[in-house]
Amino acid sequence: MKKELPEHFRSYKHVWVFIEFEHGRIHPVSLELLGEGRKLADKLGVELAGVLLGSGADSLDDATRNCFAYGADVVYRVEHPVLAQYRNQPYTKVMTELVEKFQPEIMLLGATVLGRDLAGSVATTLKTGLTADCTELAIDDERSLAATRPTFGGSLLCTIHTLNYRPQMATVRPRVMAMPRPEEGREGRVVVYTPELEEERIITKVLDFLPDDAAEASGLAFADIVVAGGMGLRSEENIQLVRQLASVLGGDWGGSRPLVQKGWIAADRQIGQTGKTIRPKLYIAAGISGAIQHRVGVEGADMIVAINTDPNAPIFDFAHLGVVSDAVALLPVLTEAFRQRLLVNRMAG
Amino acid sequence: MRIFVCIKQVPDSAQIRVHPVTNTIMRQGVPTIINPYDLFGLEEALRLRDRFGGEVTVLSMGPPMASESLRKALGYGADRGLLLTDRFFAGSDTLATSYALSRLIEKAAEEQGMPHIVFCGKQTIDGDTAQVGPGIAQRLGLSQLTYVSAIDAVDPEQGTITVRRRADHGVQVLSSRLPAMITMLEGSNQIRRGTQNDVLRAARSDITQWNAAGVGIEDLSLCGLRGSPTVVKRVFAPSVRSEKATIVSSESGVSATASALIEAILERQPALETDLLEQASGY
Ligand SMILES: Cc1cc2nc3c(=O)[nH]c(=O)nc-3n(C[C@H](O)[C@H](O)[C@H](O)COP(=O)(O)OP(=O)(O)OC[C@H]3O[C@@H](n4cnc5c(N)ncnc54)[C@H](O)[C@@H]3O)c2cc1C
Ligand SMILES: Cc1cc2nc3c(=O)[nH]c(=O)nc-3n(C[C@H](O)[C@H](O)[C@H](O)COP(=O)(O)OP(=O)(O)OC[C@H]3O[C@@H](n4cnc5c(N)ncnc54)[C@H](O)[C@@H]3O)c2cc1C
Repeated sequence: MKKELPEHFRSYKHVWVFIEFEHGRIHPVSLELLGEGRKLADKLGVELAGVLLGSGADSLDDATRNCFAYGADVVYRVEHPVLAQYRNQPYTKVMTELVEKFQPEIMLLGATVLGRDLAGSVATTLKTGLTADCTELAIDDERSLAATRPTFGGSLLCTIHTLNYRPQMATVRPRVMAMPRPEEGREGRVVVYTPELEEERIITKVLDFLPDDAAEASGLAFADIVVAGGMGLRSEENIQLVRQLASVLGGDWGGSRPLVQKGWIAADRQIGQTGKTIRPKLYIAAGISGAIQHRVGVEGADMIVAINTDPNAPIFDFAHLGVVSDAVALLPVLTEAFRQRLLVNRMAG
Repeated sequence: MRIFVCIKQVPDSAQIRVHPVTNTIMRQGVPTIINPYDLFGLEEALRLRDRFGGEVTVLSMGPPMASESLRKALGYGADRGLLLTDRFFAGSDTLATSYALSRLIEKAAEEQGMPHIVFCGKQTIDGDTAQVGPGIAQRLGLSQLTYVSAIDAVDPEQGTITVRRRADHGVQVLSSRLPAMITMLEGSNQIRRGTQNDVLRAARSDITQWNAAGVGIEDLSLCGLRGSPTVVKRVFAPSVRSEKATIVSSESGVSATASALIEAILERQPALETDLLEQASGY
């Protein structure tokens, strides 16, 4: 079903990343997307732009510099008191106006609470396609965005295109793409856009913001070492085997979705497509089969170690190291062996 | 209060099987359920009706058998069910789906009056995009309140509402105006057991069915595959790493296996040992 791109979309060029900017800081997913957007823009031979909305000149200056450092050639900068805190209505209005005026061919957003709230509204207003939670983005031979995401059912991926509409929109979850290395002092062009916004016309008001207790939030997504358990652990009690190994390794811990569904672990410990995406240096999965929804959440790990009784478990297809063994028996021994190893080395060193 | 709840019939993911040879999803014989996230909106709707009176209408777009899910919702206590079903809707992406559903909502509103609130699920368990709710809100000009964990106050007379919304680093307390589109966060409530009466009534009730023409859709190019800007080009199995996992042998017992595994890890990632030691010395 290949059709020509309609004439009025031919002038659409460049790759945009919506910069999620709240409480004076850029969400890391936006920087990850600048890294990914850079590759797409280079492949297409076009510019990469960060789209930055907010209020407060100082913090926007700082954020603008960051966009350049992480790869943007251009920053569309929109400053207005109404944009101080995210609200759907004014953000949708401004984003839609920007797209119509400056005509990007690709627009990427983080699949965060904010990004998902905004992307659906903007795509509907523009009547264009939006692919959710992509795990891979590429440019095909026809200069079209090929957005790949997992499909339900456990073992398949699909590649989705938006052939006849522009921009081609996609969301990507945090930590799915690698964080690029910033280049301090890198410069670019700023395009200032002044929207017509009046507070009286905005129907939703922010009465209060109750920040989360930072200490309680799990640092799982950013941990260098993660140990996780799955249904192969067989009981809630055995979760502690995972926690103990993580603790000896100074890492964090989590589990597969069924453990959350059973109430064995909290929802913010879930790893995978509908949980957290992790990119640790070492990931140890104990008693996890390796379904696609789990796989896409851990594939960015430098090294994946799987412990599973079934030599044919799908996890061995993408793990680097595997042990065909009973995790419940192996975990405590492994924990103790690591502890000894560290002890010996510490005394030697 | 007039409340609409959008529910999608989805395959019970726990029972989906993939064909071992063709790698396609085998839908035949897979039981269907109401998308679990939609039940949080339904329960919230029923609670509001308990407090303010009025009616809860459940709506769905899908094949004729989706009426089973609507009937199930009546069994939980919803007052009536509306199904939009037509072969022209096959292959809808989220843009085409939000178009069809917003026409169904407008049709229902013509007969019952504009709803105060339209509930959607946070996302589905099959498509899993979370895009349809915002799409409907945008098309109908409803206040968009997603990821709501609690409704603090609502006044249907004044047309005002105050909610708590789960944001990335905390909770936003938002005041807004009706009509609103709300997606409820999972765990915000628990679906009730329908009364004996509800269950009996559900079994007897008719689910009203409309086709595209019935809800006034004239331009079929906005529906189904034709009305969907996204195109699925390829469905494939994830690549298998060229080399499979190196299996660390476990023949000589658990502790030999553990040592062998540690050696193998550190041989491949020598930097890890330094990292680990640095961390350990911090204790
Ligand atoms: C829309 C959608 C989203 C999803 N999102 C996620 C997600 O974010 N994260 C996620 O994890 N899942 C997710 N899932 C579920 C996913 O498809 C799998 O069902 C799930 O990952 C399986 O969990 P598991 O590997 O722990 O359990 P199982 O698949 O039951 O596997 C258990 C494994 O343990 C092994 N085992 C058994 N006994 C032992 C033992 N004694 N020692 C060692 N190994 C043993 C078995 O061989 C088996 O491989 C999602 C599903 C859907 C449909
Ligand atoms: C594996 C897979 C991947 C897909 N990827 C994309 C994609 O990236 N982009 C895209 O545009 N489309 C995509 N689609 C198509 C999309 O799933 C369909 O358009 C679907 O009709 C609605 O999207 P959803 O299931 O993601 O709903 P969501 O947007 O996740 O649903 C949110 C809420 O909207 C309501 N709702 C949704 N559908 C209905 C319905 N039929 N009847 C009543 N209420 C409903 C429910 O309250 C639901 O909880 C995909 C489909 C599949 C199977």
